[in-house]
Amino acid sequence: MATTEILLAGFGGQGILFAGKILAYCGLMDNKELSWLPSYGPEMRGGTCNCSVCISDEPIGSPLVLTPDLLIAMNQPSFDKFVKAVRPGGKVFFDSTLIEPNTDRTDISLFGIPSQQLADDNALKGGSNIILLGKLLKETSICSLDTMKKAIEKVVPPKKAALIPNNYKAIEIGMNS
Amino acid sequence: MAVVFERPKSLIDIPTHYCPGCTHGIVHRILCEVIDEMGIEGDTIGVCPVGCSVMAYDYFNCDMIEAAHGRAPAVATGVKRTNPDKFVFTYQGDGDLAAIGTAETVHSATRGENIVVIFINNTIYGMTGGQMAPTTIPGQVTQTTPFGRDPQLAGFPVRVCEMLSTLTGTAYAERVAVDSVPHIKAAKKAIRKAFENQKAGRGFSIVEVLSTCPTNWGLAPLDAIKRLRDEMIPYYPLGVYKDVENGVFENVQGGNE
Amino acid sequence: MERNLMKGNEALAEAAIRAGCKCFFGYPITPQTELAAYMAKRMHKAGGVFLQAESEVAAINMVLGAASTGVRAMTSSSSPGISLKSEGVSYIAGSDLPAVIINVERGGPGLGGIQPSQADYWQATKALGHGDFQLIVYAPASVQEMVDCVVKAFDRADKYRMPAMILADGLLGQMMEPVSFPEINPDAYDKSGWATNGHKNQREHHIVNSLYLQPDALEKSIVDRYKRYEIIKETETDAELYLTEDCDILLCAFGATARVVKSAVNSARELGIKAGLFRPKTLWPFPVKEINEAAKNAKCLLSVEMSMGQMIEDIKLAINCSKPVHFYGRTGGVIPTPVEVLEEIKKLGGAK
Repeated sequence: MATTEILLAGFGGQGILFAGKILAYCGLMDNKELSWLPSYGPEMRGGTCNCSVCISDEPIGSPLVLTPDLLIAMNQPSFDKFVKAVRPGGKVFFDSTLIEPNTDRTDISLFGIPSQQLADDNALKGGSNIILLGKLLKETSICSLDTMKKAIEKVVPPKKAALIPNNYKAIEIGMNS
Repeated sequence: MAVVFERPKSLIDIPTHYCPGCTHGIVHRILCEVIDEMGIEGDTIGVCPVGCSVMAYDYFNCDMIEAAHGRAPAVATGVKRTNPDKFVFTYQGDGDLAAIGTAETVHSATRGENIVVIFINNTIYGMTGGQMAPTTIPGQVTQTTPFGRDPQLAGFPVRVCEMLSTLTGTAYAERVAVDSVPHIKAAKKAIRKAFENQKAGRGFSIVEVLSTCPTNWGLAPLDAIKRLRDEMIPYYPLGVYKDVENGVFENVQGGNE
Repeated sequence: MERNLMKGNEALAEAAIRAGCKCFFGYPITPQTELAAYMAKRMHKAGGVFLQAESEVAAINMVLGAASTGVRAMTSSSSPGISLKSEGVSYIAGSDLPAVIINVERGGPGLGGIQPSQADYWQATKALGHGDFQLIVYAPASVQEMVDCVVKAFDRADKYRMPAMILADGLLGQMMEPVSFPEINPDAYDKSGWATNGHKNQREHHIVNSLYLQPDALEKSIVDRYKRYEIIKETETDAELYLTEDCDILLCAFGATARVVKSAVNSARELGIKAGLFRPKTLWPFPVKEINEAAKNAKCLLSVEMSMGQMIEDIKLAINCSKPVHFYGRTGGVIPTPVEVLEEIKKLGGAK
């Protein structure tokens, strides 16, 4: 596998960095090379937030993702800003509850699911990000479901271990939508 | 023949660089007497920052560190935190402690840093040739207040013991003077008390010593002593400003994990 | 060896603790805050001291105090905070004390910004404080290398009795990568000949000092220190040479920028351009032998930096200006992209 470059973007508080961390741990579980790079600074608190994840069989060069193979967008400004940068043949996963997919690109695949709505309907507060991860898992060969479950176990802090089943459920919902 | 008076063992027998009539010698001596009497020379580390006493490392026989201007309490913090069983003192002048090193002084005090600070207040910068210090008294002529310190231009002096006494971490603050034998005896007692505090882990202790600077005051040594008595003591009253008997950390709960 | 996923800042802290660092003194500043936070959590369990100082100035002087007693001590900050520490660093160097200082650089001058930068190269390698002195400066390019550099920095600081610096940047500090911690058994250096930890009435008193009022005494102390520097220049340089054997154009970059440049070099090779990369891992001492080896067949060099061009001067000196040295840089927190660097490579006519 060549390097897969993933960009996750949305509002601070939507779990962008958390979802990115799960992807990073997927790479770790599968013994790949990987990097995770957050945007940092004041934008962490309520502004726009994004996170670059690279997974590869070879050492990662620049960890900053400028032309993503995979994009997860969780708000309109992020979609509008980054959809242009997606590499031809790339895939975009977005929350259709919040985002109008205004793009004339035909060389990329768009996967819109109402992840926010699905999270609300299934009492998975704050699970929209994980539902989108589930969709990404289904539509790509980034890793196996088993790997992603293991990654979730790693990323959820021990104090919040009770939330692990909810995360599994969110992945499942994403895969089935 | 019985020896009735001798040099303290912890005071090295070499000539000092201090000016004739300077009271640093007296303070060095009583500090060393305390170190000798407590038998702690081998367990003491002194920190002397920039100022007239910057070369005191040559005079004290314990381990010594020379520090940057104002930074002695920070250096002492580093020493004490890694060697909590040792005695650590700083020996600082007024410019050092109350101007360039105010932050280090205030914060080591408020942390309750378990060290002893000997503060020499002679209302002037000695080493650089007699400029205004943070403790220069209104009206006092110095090289940089040639018409006398005008508070409207240069602000007011800092009363260090009073200020530090407001901090919870300060266990002990006393102002003493070295203008007379009874005062010198009281000064020694205060220094002893400060070291005993450190031994008992009571927190930050400061002994402010009103001292003279005949050279930069432009006075003969005896006239300098007279100025200390007549002008400084009224402005900087002697006495114990704070004394927390059981230490500043009594009844303090530590953080829990 | 177990692979962990860690932020650069956290890995720096964990590596320091494993390397026997017994005290950390710091002051909050972005983008190195995770380092201090990690220390606050872990240091006391490791039997060490963590203290948040009232200022950067106080923090570096606490390091001086702790180091004076023979304990492994460290502080970390980011560019503006490092400027404040420069006084203490000079005193540490002048007092021949070992200490480790970490700079997770951000854009400057002044308050600058908080995004990654390499504009403190000159400060780190030429003048982190007044007077004649040097620090050993390491420039890691990955989280794993940060770990290795910290271990080395503590060792060399002790060995040569001088401050050592890790010059990282916000990108390296903030990114997570897999990292594993080697078994670290720090060499013990005998500090009993100078440490001021109480003489127990069993030896002469020790003095830690940087004041010499007699010029010839001060000169001698400096000349002696520079003799040690000569040994360090001979033995401590380190660099990565990547595809340099046949390269026409030699790119030079360190730290995070070198990762970007490596991607560009790979792209250039795909286009048939013989590009190579020289990546110094020590910035002082600068790897003079290594760059001359890397540049032996090159027609020109291109220094790529996150600054307006600082390392380029050392490159020119190292090769005695024997070949043209070009520059490409972004500054102020902007990270150069592989595409931009590739364009520069193409411009320099490396294309066949």
